[in-house]
Amino acid sequence: MASGELYDPKEKIGRAELAELQLERLRWTVAQAAQSPFYGKRLEELGLGPDAIQTREDLRRFPLTEKQHLRDSYPYGLLAVPKDRVVRLHHSSGTTGMAIAVLHTSGDVERWADLVARCLHMAGLRTGDVFQNMMSYGLFTGGLGLHYGAEKLGAFVIPIGAGNSRRQIEFMRIFGTAAIHIIPSYAMALLGTFEEMGVDPRALPLRFAVGGAEPYSEGMRARLQEGWDISFYNCYGLSEMCGPGVAFECPEQQGLHVWEDAYFAELLDPETGEPVADGETGELVLTSLTREAMPLIRYRTRDVTSFVTDACPCGRTHRRLSRIQGRTDDMFIVKGVNVFPLQIERVLMSMPQVGTNYLIVIDRHGYADRLTVRVELTAEAFLGDLEQLQSLRESIADALRREILVRPRVELVEPGTIPRQEGKAVRVMDERKD
Amino acid sequence: MIEQLAIFSENKPGRLERITGALAEASVNIRAMHVASLGDMGVVKMVVDRPEQAYEALAGHGTVRKVPALGVRVPDRPGALHEVTVVLSRAGVNIENASGFPISDREAVLILEVADVPAAERLLREAGFRMVDAAVFPVSQGF
Repeated sequence: MASGELYDPKEKIGRAELAELQLERLRWTVAQAAQSPFYGKRLEELGLGPDAIQTREDLRRFPLTEKQHLRDSYPYGLLAVPKDRVVRLHHSSGTTGMAIAVLHTSGDVERWADLVARCLHMAGLRTGDVFQNMMSYGLFTGGLGLHYGAEKLGAFVIPIGAGNSRRQIEFMRIFGTAAIHIIPSYAMALLGTFEEMGVDPRALPLRFAVGGAEPYSEGMRARLQEGWDISFYNCYGLSEMCGPGVAFECPEQQGLHVWEDAYFAELLDPETGEPVADGETGELVLTSLTREAMPLIRYRTRDVTSFVTDACPCGRTHRRLSRIQGRTDDMFIVKGVNVFPLQIERVLMSMPQVGTNYLIVIDRHGYADRLTVRVELTAEAFLGDLEQLQSLRESIADALRREILVRPRVELVEPGTIPRQEGKAVRVMDERKD
Repeated sequence: MIEQLAIFSENKPGRLERITGALAEASVNIRAMHVASLGDMGVVKMVVDRPEQAYEALAGHGTVRKVPALGVRVPDRPGALHEVTVVLSRAGVNIENASGFPISDREAVLILEVADVPAAERLLREAGFRMVDAAVFPVSQGF
């Protein structure tokens, strides 16, 4: 395919035609969702069904779906097809009470791969290009999501996974990698490995990178693009909506096209739940339009963004989201993993040696995220020697790793030294500058 | 047997000052002090003349614990420490922590932490060593 051609003609679908398609798919989604225990009960109580949607605006009659609903319905409460039609599970990092399960039929996997293929094609990946996926595989959607999309496109996919920097660079050189999928802070760190190995990234046939799994600033993108001498494209997704591939940047790099034939996007004022004015920031609320196993109606992503209002020079008609500007809850992302302070709190609560007052500090050590949990030692727990404190610190770090999948540094501090907060406690200090 | 004081302390400026300030205010004399730290945290251990008063004074300022230890009086000459460790090692007693300080031109005190302080103390007394008692650690005697 020549560059400039579309992967899917729907990328330039007329807005009126798109509206028709969305209306039809919204009605289908409501009917499909009603097959799940959660929505079946909810929609029946409210007397809402597909017929409640005569125009797209009628979707506002439906209540929002929260992450807590997914937790409460874990694992099958939102499943809208018989279980034997499920071919794939993705799963959040949290343990009991915090976990969410995301289920897919083979059709869901197929359509998700197709959207990711569309994203990668937009960034310039073509059949035969070598695509090195440096993201963790497994329950996390970043690995398999991009893998299936790149394969669907007919790329030569290297499922190398995360880590092992020298091997990553060796593979790029041996196989002539054209594109990579990488966590931005890791991409920054790899620049150091290139130098150590005496390999010039500019001499490789690399063309672009997909920066995924963690937010990063324009300043950091500029540094990455200069250091690697390739384009870094932003990718947006969340496991509740399959994963990566919900929205993606075109080569203009001015916002991410949200694929409106697959997701109905609203931006709401998180306080009032009303739509924000054009160009204003609001919380992104998504309704899936083509998912069979786990359709979600008006799901609160908690991500704050705005629509880019003017038409994109690339000619695609799907609206663009600006960068994600923040969250309406206290979730944070560290080393590409979503973490809720409550998960950390639950672990600390289970350890009598430490108090319940704690502080989470996230900063950068070199280019890598560093997570520190600062907690007060209780007077009773102190036995008088340093080895005991060290082993306590290790056991807290291990317990936290089991819950959040990232091993934090643990700092034990004296009782009463972490400032008490009036009202809603400020538990997280994010000091990452980029 | 003596009571050492162990104080949990973050390893940052002003922490030690807070501890020494509280002891000065309580007129407690510090005979020996030792700081062990690991990155951002540390444990300050002290031998003081009046452990009870010191404990009370510090309890209001941080996390403090009394840690029993042996206070062994030894002549300040080559080989003296070795004589103590021989007695303990032959009896299979492991020394977990040790420090020492001279108390005169001729004599020093060894502070030893072991798992069973009373048993180790018996062994050393039987071997002829003299012990320092926590309750009487007076400066005036000058050992």
